Amino acid sequence: MSMINYASREINCKIVYYGPGLGGKTTNLEHVYGKVKPETRGKLISLATETERTLFFDFLPVDLGTIRGFKTRFHLYTVPGQVYYNASRKLILKNVDGIVFVGDSQAERMEANLESMQNLYDNMAEYGYDLTQMPFVIQYNKRDLPNAAPIEDLQAALNPGWEVEDAAKQRVQPDPYHAGQNLVEQLSGGEWVERAPYFEAIAVQGDGVFDTLKAVSKLVLKALA
Amino acid sequence: MTAGTANWSFTQDDFTAITESLRRFLGETKSLCALLVDRSGQLVTTVGEAPGLDTTSFASLTAADYSANDQLAKLVGETDFSSLFHQGEKESLYVADIARRLLLVIIFDSRTTVGLVRLRMKDEVEELTQLIDRVFSRDRNSDAPPKKLLQGADDEIDKLFNW
Repeated sequence: MSMINYASREINCKIVYYGPGLGGKTTNLEHVYGKVKPETRGKLISLATETERTLFFDFLPVDLGTIRGFKTRFHLYTVPGQVYYNASRKLILKNVDGIVFVGDSQAERMEANLESMQNLYDNMAEYGYDLTQMPFVIQYNKRDLPNAAPIEDLQAALNPGWEVEDAAKQRVQPDPYHAGQNLVEQLSGGEWVERAPYFEAIAVQGDGVFDTLKAVSKLVLKALA
Repeated sequence: MTAGTANWSFTQDDFTAITESLRRFLGETKSLCALLVDRSGQLVTTVGEAPGLDTTSFASLTAADYSANDQLAKLVGETDFSSLFHQGEKESLYVADIARRLLLVIIFDSRTTVGLVRLRMKDEVEELTQLIDRVFSRDRNSDAPPKKLLQGADDEIDKLFNW
């Protein structure tokens, strides 16, 4: 839920990084924390176990600039990826403005990715939010690992597209991040589908981290425009 | 099913009314500081002395703390716990729900008592509930300002991310 504060001239938005355990959600936030200027970010808060597994969430506030005289403050959260923390995970989704799904590219984590994506849809639906109608991007992390699955396989499994029923939206929308690909297109069977924008990443090295953050933040602000 | 979560905004007048109410409460209860936080963890305003307090982190953790306790209440068969009290050696916290939208956090020390804070809190919650209800009923109006704030700002948004 974006909060616009006319008194302090701030737009506050909440972005949640979701995905399977050990996929790199916390690593994304740590990289952002390490790279942005200290005056434009707050503390990185981690509620983690002794073994550095996220227990409740990580939290990082960042200012991404000023627009029309309003400071844009983004609150970045991660959720605990491990399956049995669903109650905590669901709490973090409350009033979310944008979602980043951090998938683990390793072929043997495909099952965990699918389970987490299904869990995301289910938890969002329980709040009455429709993931297909809100700012949502997917990051395929760990692209440097030898056992990383091909992007086409990951896309087919995790981002096959949802049907576009609104006739006004049934027109080709090119993917601004991948030349020759489309976010909205008509399949050979005649139905129109839309996919979430996706990014390849190696979060431990920072590759793709800011591209992902920029894309989701831009979608969140455009949802207000 | 709604597309996403609703947005809300508050104006300088709302801010002034809320601040005055909180300032009066702090004076009457001799508390140190009041923070108003929305349920998603964003700080709405802070009144009183909070030296060295990282209010952004504080707001986010308060919302998480309250949400977790909300779920604990459900597990024991309660609808919610309408307030929380955390006792420290020197400073303590009292947290109360405002209209299921916001949380009011009062930080106080030995200059007052939890009894007095709790006693006065009931009226304060009612007063703030009325103010906040006004903000939300106005935002439900289709002419509300937040929808227009970034209208036509697509180019500016693009430029903002040109880094």
